Amino acid sequence: MTVDELQRLGNDIRRHVLRAVHHAGAGHIGGVFSAADMLAALYFSELRIDPQRPHLESRDRFILSKGHCGIGLYAVLAMRGYFPVDELFTFDAIDSRLQGHPDMTKLPGLDMSTGSLGQGLSPGVGMALGARFLHSDFQTWVMIGDGETQEGQIWEAAFTAARYQLANLTAILDWNHLQQFGWPTSQGYAGVARRDPTESPAQKWRAFGWNVIECDGHDVADFRRACDRARRTLDRPTLILARTIKGKGISFMENDYTWHSRPISDEDLAAALGELDRADEPQRTRVERS
Amino acid sequence: MLAQRDSFGETIVDLCDLDPRVVLLDGDLANSTKSDKLASARPDRFFMMGIAEQNLVGVAAGMASVGLKPWVASFAAFIATRDLDQIRVVVAQPKLNVRFAAHYSGILTGYTGRTHQVVNDIAIMRSLPNMVVVAPCDAVEARAAMFALNDYEGPVYLRLTRDPAGVVTAADHRFELGHALLLREGSDIGLISTGGQTLRVLDAAETLERDNISAMVLHVPTIKPLDVDAVVAAAAATRCILTCEEHSVFGGLGGAVAEVLCERQPTRMQRLGLRDVDGESGPNDALIEKYGLSSAHVVKAAKELWSSL
Ligand SMILES: Cc1ncc(C[n+]2csc(CCOP(=O)(O)OP(=O)(O)O)c2C)c(N)n1
Repeated sequence: MTVDELQRLGNDIRRHVLRAVHHAGAGHIGGVFSAADMLAALYFSELRIDPQRPHLESRDRFILSKGHCGIGLYAVLAMRGYFPVDELFTFDAIDSRLQGHPDMTKLPGLDMSTGSLGQGLSPGVGMALGARFLHSDFQTWVMIGDGETQEGQIWEAAFTAARYQLANLTAILDWNHLQQFGWPTSQGYAGVARRDPTESPAQKWRAFGWNVIECDGHDVADFRRACDRARRTLDRPTLILARTIKGKGISFMENDYTWHSRPISDEDLAAALGELDRADEPQRTRVERS
Repeated sequence: MLAQRDSFGETIVDLCDLDPRVVLLDGDLANSTKSDKLASARPDRFFMMGIAEQNLVGVAAGMASVGLKPWVASFAAFIATRDLDQIRVVVAQPKLNVRFAAHYSGILTGYTGRTHQVVNDIAIMRSLPNMVVVAPCDAVEARAAMFALNDYEGPVYLRLTRDPAGVVTAADHRFELGHALLLREGSDIGLISTGGQTLRVLDAAETLERDNISAMVLHVPTIKPLDVDAVVAAAAATRCILTCEEHSVFGGLGGAVAEVLCERQPTRMQRLGLRDVDGESGPNDALIEKYGLSSAHVVKAAKELWSSL
């Protein structure tokens, strides 16, 4: 799959998410949009998976530790063929397999239940240790939020992963600088632009013994290079430090913490879908020409 | 006299020999939990995870999700309270095959004081959907329970005690999950107990017999799922029920029995246990005495209940 095609799939995730959240009446958007391009690249190019055999023991494992972005994961799973795309409209409905946060007992393709922040990296350590124990060569990938790294358990997991030299474990840090409410700036809590205090995650993760690779989380080619380098690192776990923008792709959502989670009006939905279509226009023509 | 933790250390080695998927995760307490036996016998099955109990639970969940059968060995106090959110979200809700060996349960924790004593772990664990709660009465039953639990699919909280104590379980005992054991017949009062408290209750029943009160002893090693029929039958066959446990009277065995009897067989009953207090440091006999758990206390509570009828 070409980089342009993957890039477009990222926007398809955004489209599905906008429609599903609009339909459900509420949902997380900002942190899904910062992760969307990476989710597309992971599920359509990097992960060794087979949607027809979601329980295959040798499959790569993916944990969305920032489980509040589950709708983004559901969208890419549906696009990849794990379940019908129409089912995305059952998001958050009663009896749905698409719970507000990922529930591995309900939907095939989910490798861990998440939603209580700070918890996802530890099962990733367990899976990576399990792979080694079982002499299996699958890779374990865990996506974490930057706000989430304020949780102490992340650092417990970081320490043990390095101690066991889990080279088959890769964490992806969605470094979008925003969280749910956030920290004050020099203007206090006024305005919608906040910055998290995570000034130098690279230094911190290196100090914990991880191999750190920085990349642009919205540049699929750059992200894929980072994944490739992570796979080729054989002595340590890798952190892909992905520079991202919360709400990426929609002008009125970007870098605005209030779009972390909220209902979307009919007008905003139309405007957002319009922006995505215009963004894809030149790419689509390029893809068609090639 | 045998200690449940010694039995645990031996049995975990045997389980690892028996089943290639069994592993143990340690939170730097292997010499307390006696998992050090495994560390020397089968280092490939022993995973030191550091003093990081929340991560410990998550790592076990990840291992279970890829097909291993991990035991998490730590203290009851840390497992039941510090790790509760982790257990709820990544073990109990997804029904993963993680077994918690909750060592140093109750208040006989070897001069630790209350930081290392959790008096409400049964209440917490049995209220978690999907969690099974087991509290053996002695070292032999603990071993039998571990073998039985190895064949069970799903999360388990196994409550173990620290110090050597008597043994009443037969060496060839086969543990059946969810089955209460009638250790002594009786018709006046039904003593229902769990964990190490059962040994003190058996002593009390003998004293009561000498004083012409016929006491039945129903030992409940599986607190959840509770053997409801056995509890109802005990209430039907006697005139009153006294529950006994080294645990708070809130929400533990006493709570579970009261819930069942209210609904199925309303019976005059009394709960013996810690009455909304924490423990403290001290020698075991002093603790048992001060917190009202000795067999003399069981006898006294039984007589009071009997004479109030
Ligand atoms: C333990 C826990 N505390 C609080 C929350 C509520 N919560 C959900 S998302 C969120 C902010 C997460 O920020 P970040 O990790 O940066 O995610 P992103 O910005 O990428 O969406 C919070 C506080 C939670 N889900 N879990």
